[in-house]
Amino acid sequence: MRITFIKILKEAARKNKDIFLLTADLGTFFGDFIKDCPKQFIDVGIAESNMIGLAAGMALAKKNVYCYSIIPFLTMRPLEQIKVGLCAHNLNVKLLGAGGGFAYGLEGMTHHAIEDIAIMRSLPNMTVVAPGDLLEAEAIAKESINYKGPLYVRFGQDKTPNIHKNSTKIKIGKGIIINKGNKIALIATGSMLSSAKIVCDNLIRQGISTTLISMHTIKPLDVNLIKKILRHKAIFTIEEHSIIGGLGGAVAETLLELNYKGLFKRIGLPDEYSCYKGSHDYLCKKYCLTPETIINQILKFNKKYDFKK
Amino acid sequence: MVSSTHKEIIRCQNIAKDIRKTIIDVIYQTKGPHLGSSFSIVDILVTLYFKILVIDPKNPYKKNRDIFILSKGHAVPALYPILAKKGFFSDKLLKSFAIDNCIFEQHPNRDVAKGIEVTTGSLGNGLSIGAGLALAAKYDKSKRRVFVLLGDGELDEGSNWEAALFASHHKLDNLIAIVDYNKLQILGTVDKVLGLEPLAKKWQSFGWETKELNGHNFQQMINALSHLPFKKGKPNIIIAHTIKGKGVSFMENQLVWHSKCPNKEEYKKAIEELS
Repeated sequence: MRITFIKILKEAARKNKDIFLLTADLGTFFGDFIKDCPKQFIDVGIAESNMIGLAAGMALAKKNVYCYSIIPFLTMRPLEQIKVGLCAHNLNVKLLGAGGGFAYGLEGMTHHAIEDIAIMRSLPNMTVVAPGDLLEAEAIAKESINYKGPLYVRFGQDKTPNIHKNSTKIKIGKGIIINKGNKIALIATGSMLSSAKIVCDNLIRQGISTTLISMHTIKPLDVNLIKKILRHKAIFTIEEHSIIGGLGGAVAETLLELNYKGLFKRIGLPDEYSCYKGSHDYLCKKYCLTPETIINQILKFNKKYDFKK
Repeated sequence: MVSSTHKEIIRCQNIAKDIRKTIIDVIYQTKGPHLGSSFSIVDILVTLYFKILVIDPKNPYKKNRDIFILSKGHAVPALYPILAKKGFFSDKLLKSFAIDNCIFEQHPNRDVAKGIEVTTGSLGNGLSIGAGLALAAKYDKSKRRVFVLLGDGELDEGSNWEAALFASHHKLDNLIAIVDYNKLQILGTVDKVLGLEPLAKKWQSFGWETKELNGHNFQQMINALSHLPFKKGKPNIIIAHTIKGKGVSFMENQLVWHSKCPNKEEYKKAIEELS
């Protein structure tokens, strides 16, 4: 997914010499970008706070700057530089974060990113997106070039099946209905999109009319789309992020204000640093974020709410 | 060596005196803090704005203009009257400082039309932003120079040293940092809180061309800043030895004037001294 994004960025950078890619000494896949646009690539060293400050200065000088690192180092180490340098000045700087959720599983909690969406979406002027497949990554990459203001792009695992058939409807700030049903709605973001698709297909096979939404943009949240699913009996958000303040938090805030009367549940990670040690798949299993475990979490409510009726 | 005429130096001194009077007026009226820090940098600002910076208040957005960043944003009560005097806005606007619905807060917000290029207030951010601007200027082959005024206490922030490494690695000789070295920070003297010495050697070892001078001596500052870069291919730093509270005898080198606002008697006495 990152590779797809950078490929598109490279094509844009070849034509637009004001595009810059900064990295805090991470990203072994920048070879083509460096080869084609050597003067527009800067490895700033392992110094993320300075990277964000530099990006702010460069953007004040009309440069279009992309900053790359692993999410905790990109978003949390220099949080105040992001707040003052990027958000207060409302600058055209894009933060490209690798390793959403447990993508860096065995690297441990320092590399896990379970709080980033909550933190980034609380910053005024910041847009927060998490592409769910390659087509979303591609479309967001293209749109990011002329996007105004700071943008945070959260990448999950690299290998993700395509869920969309084409990219025509993919636009920052607009969620996408992938399947339309009328009993329960699943709203997924980023790395959970493919699992949510499997869940959706399975529930449909069981006779439950299921809506699936890809909410690749968490801020600004597509409230109009949420208004369209208020008649569903139940709404579930699915994300590889803490249930505090991420997609689930954002949707919960909206549903309460819209006076939603059905069942609402956030499916995500609990408020803790992983007490398990293992790969991405292992940790997702342990924290009930595999398609099977998500289905179980949803069907737990079937007896009370009878999703088939 | 550029020798400014006696007349020019006197002009700078008179401007500085006027600025100090305006600062104390404004702070006294609003009961605000940071008088000592503001007095400390007045002469540096007068030198920059009236002798060095290539800027045009009538055309504040002019391409390739020099950029000044007040990284120690809390000393902004000194900058607002400088900008007014330079012609960015009317003196009348200075009354709109640190009151409800005001134009000017106690830390600067970016407003290029009024001469404020970068929002600051949280310490340790200005040098990286300055390095980014300087890097972009090099890339654009612009003659722009970027000046960043840092506090000495501010150098405790590690981000400065990340920027210091970067600027010399990338040969940003269009970046000029000035340290307002008044040797006092909020809770004590710099050497007691977190010592910086040997400060010049630190910057030299980071690859910066360093000059030390008296931050209240216009001739020294004009001489130093009239020949930039100090050395081709190296970022520039001036360690300006200053006096917190400079200009009013009973405020000089007194820690309390970082935050204290003068009472009526102190205000009168200060104005007398400045007149």
